[in-house]
Amino acid sequence: MSDSRIWTRLQPVLATLLVLGTIGIPLWLVLVTAAKSQGEALNPDLSLPTRWQLLENLRQVWVDGEVPAAFFGSLLVVVPAVAGVLTFGSMAAWILARRATRLNAVLYALGISGIVLPPAVVTVVLLLRQLGLAGSAVGMIGVYMGIYMSTVIFFVTGFVRTIPTSLEEAAQIDGAGPFTVFRRVVLPMLRPVLATATILICLYVWNDVFYAFFVIGGRIDTLPLNLFRVASAGLYLNNWHLIFAYVVLMSLPLVIVLAVAQRKIISGITSGAVK
Amino acid sequence: MPIAERTPVLERTQPRPTPRASTRRRAGSTINRRTHPMWFLAPAFAILLVFFFLPTLFNFVYAFTDWSGFKASINPTGFDNFTQLASDGTLVRAVRITLVYAVLVAVFQNLFGFALAVLLERDNPLNRVARIFFLVPVLMSALAVGYIFQALLKPEGSLNGLIGAILGRTFDYAWLGDTTWSIVVVALIHSWKWMGLSMLIYLAGLKTIPEDILEASRIDGASRWRTFWVIKSPLLAPAVTFNVATALLGSMNGFDIVQATTGGGPARTTEILNIFIYRTFGQGLFAQATAMSLVLFLLVAFMAFPVIRTLRKREEIL
Repeated sequence: MSDSRIWTRLQPVLATLLVLGTIGIPLWLVLVTAAKSQGEALNPDLSLPTRWQLLENLRQVWVDGEVPAAFFGSLLVVVPAVAGVLTFGSMAAWILARRATRLNAVLYALGISGIVLPPAVVTVVLLLRQLGLAGSAVGMIGVYMGIYMSTVIFFVTGFVRTIPTSLEEAAQIDGAGPFTVFRRVVLPMLRPVLATATILICLYVWNDVFYAFFVIGGRIDTLPLNLFRVASAGLYLNNWHLIFAYVVLMSLPLVIVLAVAQRKIISGITSGAVK
Repeated sequence: MPIAERTPVLERTQPRPTPRASTRRRAGSTINRRTHPMWFLAPAFAILLVFFFLPTLFNFVYAFTDWSGFKASINPTGFDNFTQLASDGTLVRAVRITLVYAVLVAVFQNLFGFALAVLLERDNPLNRVARIFFLVPVLMSALAVGYIFQALLKPEGSLNGLIGAILGRTFDYAWLGDTTWSIVVVALIHSWKWMGLSMLIYLAGLKTIPEDILEASRIDGASRWRTFWVIKSPLLAPAVTFNVATALLGSMNGFDIVQATTGGGPARTTEILNIFIYRTFGQGLFAQATAMSLVLFLLVAFMAFPVIRTLRKREEIL
């Protein structure tokens, strides 16, 4: 494109300054504060710590913030919820995309309504209590699946409509039942859209505190719930070095995943939004 | 209650597809009851029914009771919760704050995302690295983002320090303690977290614009500025729809960032609906929390109908 010369000169400078100013400063604040002693971190600023004690702070948070337990709590909820919502959501989406009956149109509209409608967080607690699932991992997994089922149905139904039926038909002629066709033929073709949905839903569920407060608050530890506890507990008041050490520990896995798989993540997120 | 609710729905829905499906099969279609059985829908819709629709239905029931953490029985009270919330001004204020917050976030997030996409449009190594940096906040926990900005924006914090260094005098504005402007600051923080996602979607939108259209406008002698406003921005309409819709709905459902920065304060001027629901639930006032949850539901449903229609239209084109 015929960019003007000023723009080609200015753009790299502008981009660099913007990254440093808007992203660099906050991340720098986290890093240096997480490496300071309690006294130095009392009023967090951008200065370098007089003595780097990042590892000591990380170790203290690891023990006091019960990071291993919270990490496994998060995994215990995220993995089954994401796997379940993707499996059941794509099963339903396959039928909704392939059988264009009026009933299915109604079911589809109901199925995607959850994309916009906010979940009823208060009454879901009452319902879980009545079902005997209050505060349990199963209850939490169910709530997450209920919240994000609509997203999966929306993305996958749109995708299934773009793939031809001929492969499915070939498998049917070879005598494959619907379950085999779905598992062996349809599911592999859904890989790109399922990758997008996995990234988005993992992100939301992994970082969620709001729904976790209501459903499992205090009974299962997850990483965000523990961060909230660390930050609001009187014991930790003004312990910015520990709060930010926790933030570093919690964000590190995601940042590493982003650094390694950035191309996949970027194309995954964008392919879902703009076809 | 859940089982009684579920059975009639299934009974009503099942007989209908059969005749239509069989006529389709006779018409020569290979898609039918045997190859694409309706029971594949069962797990997904059972989960939706139990964990999404039933609680929503409960919202319409328990908002009109005196359900609380202080007694065992639950009795209907009519519109008492709503009249009480309306009479002390809480209802109108919480709705107004939520709407202001949602609109501010939608505007800021799209402005930032769009500006970043235009700035980083070219594919070169520097821009690719910059894009990844702007994605870091998207991946981070919103709670963590809130704490970072709480530290950064303290009256004696780093931002005021920087401003003071530039101005050459001490500057100690309480960014998160202003009853008028803190809502704007919190909305800016929310937009900061999500602007990377908007940027990606705008970038993808810019990529879908065919090169020959741009070439034609160049041959016609259009300036870069004019090409941008007359050719590119109208073709970005789908990306705008998606971004505005997700920003609006995401911020109406917001909680973490507000909780971690102001906690609803100062003087409850940033108390969006979800903060109110969380606070009253914590106090054991379950019916009031439910009533507000119903208000949020109706508010979003009312605003969402145009949104869902657009989404479906886009999806049909696809």
